[in-house]
Amino acid sequence: MGPESLEAKQKAAIEEILKAYPEKAAKNREKHLGVGSPNDENQKTCGDVRSNKKTVPGVMSQRGCAYAGSKGVVWGPVKDMIHISHGPIGCGQYSRAGRRNYYIGVTGVDTFVTMNFSSDFQENNIVFGGDKKLGICIDEIEALFPLNNGITVQSECPIGLIGDDIGAVAKTKAKEIDKTIVPVNCEGFRGVSQSLGHHIANDTVRDYIFDGKVNVTTNDVEVTDYDVAIIGDYNIGGDAWSSRILLEEMGLRVVAQWSGDATIKEMALTPKVKLNLLHCYRSMNYISRHMEKEYGIPWIEYNFFGPSQTIKSLRKIAAFFDESVQAKCEEVIAKYQPMIDAVIAKYKPRLEGKTVMLFVGGLRPRHVIGAYEDLGMEVIGTGYEFAHDDDYKRTKEEIFRSTVIYDDVNEYELEAFVKKLQPDLVASGIKEKYVFQKMGLPYRQMHSWDYSGPYHGYDGFAIFAQDMDLAINSPVWAHSKAPWEKEG
Amino acid sequence: MQEVEKIVNGKDLFKRPEYQEVLANKKQFESSMLAVNPAKVEEIAEWTKSWDYREKNLAREAITVNPAKACQPLGAVMVALGFEGTMPYVHGSHGCVAYFRSYFTRHFKEPTPCVSDSMTEDAAVFGGLVNMKEGLKNCAAVYKPKMIAVSTTCMAEVIGDDLMAFITAAKEEDGGEYLPAEYPIPYAHTPSFVGSHITGYDNMMHGIMSQLTEGQKGETKQRINIIPGFETYIGSLRSVKSIVEAFGTDYIMLGDHSDQWDMPAGSYEMFQGGTKLDDAKDCINSSATISLQKYATSKTMKMVEKRWKHAGGFSNPIGLKGTDEFVMKLAELTGTEVPQKLKTERGRLVDAMQDSYPYMHGKKFAIWGDPDFLIGAVSFLLEMGAEPTHVLCHNAPKGWAEEMRAMLDTSPAKDSLNVWAEKDLWAMRSLLFTEPVDFMIGNSYGKELMRDTGTPLIYIGFPIFDRHHLHRYSISGYDGALNLLTWITNKVLDQLDEDTKGIATTDYFFDLVR
Repeated sequence: MGPESLEAKQKAAIEEILKAYPEKAAKNREKHLGVGSPNDENQKTCGDVRSNKKTVPGVMSQRGCAYAGSKGVVWGPVKDMIHISHGPIGCGQYSRAGRRNYYIGVTGVDTFVTMNFSSDFQENNIVFGGDKKLGICIDEIEALFPLNNGITVQSECPIGLIGDDIGAVAKTKAKEIDKTIVPVNCEGFRGVSQSLGHHIANDTVRDYIFDGKVNVTTNDVEVTDYDVAIIGDYNIGGDAWSSRILLEEMGLRVVAQWSGDATIKEMALTPKVKLNLLHCYRSMNYISRHMEKEYGIPWIEYNFFGPSQTIKSLRKIAAFFDESVQAKCEEVIAKYQPMIDAVIAKYKPRLEGKTVMLFVGGLRPRHVIGAYEDLGMEVIGTGYEFAHDDDYKRTKEEIFRSTVIYDDVNEYELEAFVKKLQPDLVASGIKEKYVFQKMGLPYRQMHSWDYSGPYHGYDGFAIFAQDMDLAINSPVWAHSKAPWEKEG
Repeated sequence: MQEVEKIVNGKDLFKRPEYQEVLANKKQFESSMLAVNPAKVEEIAEWTKSWDYREKNLAREAITVNPAKACQPLGAVMVALGFEGTMPYVHGSHGCVAYFRSYFTRHFKEPTPCVSDSMTEDAAVFGGLVNMKEGLKNCAAVYKPKMIAVSTTCMAEVIGDDLMAFITAAKEEDGGEYLPAEYPIPYAHTPSFVGSHITGYDNMMHGIMSQLTEGQKGETKQRINIIPGFETYIGSLRSVKSIVEAFGTDYIMLGDHSDQWDMPAGSYEMFQGGTKLDDAKDCINSSATISLQKYATSKTMKMVEKRWKHAGGFSNPIGLKGTDEFVMKLAELTGTEVPQKLKTERGRLVDAMQDSYPYMHGKKFAIWGDPDFLIGAVSFLLEMGAEPTHVLCHNAPKGWAEEMRAMLDTSPAKDSLNVWAEKDLWAMRSLLFTEPVDFMIGNSYGKELMRDTGTPLIYIGFPIFDRHHLHRYSISGYDGALNLLTWITNKVLDQLDEDTKGIATTDYFFDLVR
């Protein structure tokens, strides 16, 4: 497939797809679809797509809600706090332990990530308000889980609609039990996607964790010149650990992980680090900017998917520090290079030229492109569930060829794009997985790493390569067609 | 560092010394008690196993910890997917729909179509009429379903949106371009703060049956409607159909998602199988309706019995006794003898039960799940001489606890058998520590209980995320009971091997033949 023909195919696919919509919906969706080109300076965002707008009603979007962004993404992984899903029972149940935010701790005793705490609203709580019940919930949590280091209240839709004042309850109770209690107004109807939930959650971290507001000791950790924090790594399948090891090997001290395997103390320590390292820009740029403004901590974005980007990122990080770190950085790169060369030598011949279409969330639609390309695979389509313009601008830097860009793609569109562009691999989420597997297409879940991982760092890349080979070269896809079926 | 000839994922990678060092090093910045004071963790962990903790834990009145129930619209989505070419449509925020779809998809390993009309802040203020108008139109245009079944999220319920008025308005404004006047759009209000997923099942089933049959009342036909209830075992739906078919009677299964959530590989069509809409419209003219889940269909069956005057009633075909009753009910309704095929199946099941009984007899079980599942599964345990020590139903409707108590009272061990209505799985944890059992029967949420208490878990229930293909099997009918027997007995035998495999210490009992 030459570049011209690919681009033409992609443009034709968009045109074709839009025909199915009623006029108003077609007009709307047209702005969210485009073809990105690595050489096109005129495009404002990748493919000139519009983003972060309301979803067209009735079309099976893959988006989640603000609660998912706050409880599911930002706050949920903080392991020594208890996160109450405040409202009816469903939200907490559907989001329980699905994201694979790994952590070390005794669950139910000193850590609580995979558990589900719900205020389980009943009709009388809707009618008469749920503030009183919330207060009792907090008392009961304190009695039964005394080693918790704080509580967050994650609001579900009704809270903001019935006029409850969770802020007041949190304030009173925090004083009473002498622990941090964070009220989060992340009701699912706020904003257009998970994205606003990230922002709201970031703001509550700012308001309730920084400036000595927490009730855990932080002054026992002395500051060094090499302190950094990992921001926006949710330790899915252990990603933050396979990142952390590289930073430590180059002589840096990782004081905090946000928020995979995080504790409240690490977050409270962060305003004293020398540099914030931001992996998922979308979900945690807000708090990084705040720390820059308020405490003068610079932040840089990095990408630990695939060796090319990892090496670039390691050097970028090292450049911020002194020569000793820079020298160690080169040692780290040299140390892992033979392993990476061997991984590529092993898998590239099996994967070269295979095409990939992606659709994921925060950072992966652009960050993983390099990892695929390191293996000789070609990403020909990508898009985000909940990105903003700045994400699509960044995506321009990451694509290698004409790439169809679909913002907030829905099930109809993604299926149609795949049918038209016929990639060898689709990499997206659980909701889409079996649609494409039914069609006989290799598929990898790129939210949960399909229960494998980690994929970050050098060790993670080896797993990534092995998993992509597993998916693409498995014999099972050839079985779809029965021997009695005629060719063609 | 990875070795290229043997690349390992996180399971083994993090056991390596270099990662153990990373994890140990991280502790200096942590506030979790394991990092700060491991002895304290040990102390509290021990305390959580005590009777003192149990009393406090069971006395909780506000916070729910590790629930064993979900919310109404989930059940409504299941109902919709049991009808031919029907798109479940949830009026409210799209975050809910993302959750329903991933929840079902993780269980069935199958796609789960469902749309929402993506209500946001402005809809919260002005109501969701605009969303409904656009949403129905887009849904009809893009996915071309034969029917759209509308349910609600709690957001729409709190602001009080009027579904009937909205649907009428949407059709009027569309003027028939995508939504002709006769286009079936049944609806149900499914507030998440009332009942559980089985309530939503009931409401949506009631909505579809009552609305599709409007004006369809004609002559009564000798035909039986079967309502499966919130059934997550695909094989169960097929077992039930095969039993009814053995009687050679005309029947309609209302809400049959067995093809939708069990699609063969090769190509993808969004909708497969399901109750034919013509059948659904005509179901009012059947002579009888049998619901297989009493607590999941109480409102629907009230309509069927009181207004439609159908014969039938409830019958729960899980276990031997339950299947016998179902078979006898069919014999009675059809006026025919029990077919030889079923007699043979029954004989084979009883034969198997008599082969395996020594391993289940007297074994203590903890079990949780939906109310109707528990009625059937506990009945089967009792039929085998097992002791259901803890029977826990988080979403127990009125009357369930009494019915379960009465069943347990038929056991010689009745005094040690307990019913726990409206309790969650953190309560179960205390029960397991203070009054231990030999085995647990439940869904994937039991795996943390398995880890914490060491009680072996037999995976039967919903949702099951971390074991494959169990949902394809049946737990209903004689063949379904045989599956229950096989799973439970073999887990008992696995555990027996586990307990006796100590070389030169206990392996005299590690028998080759059992």
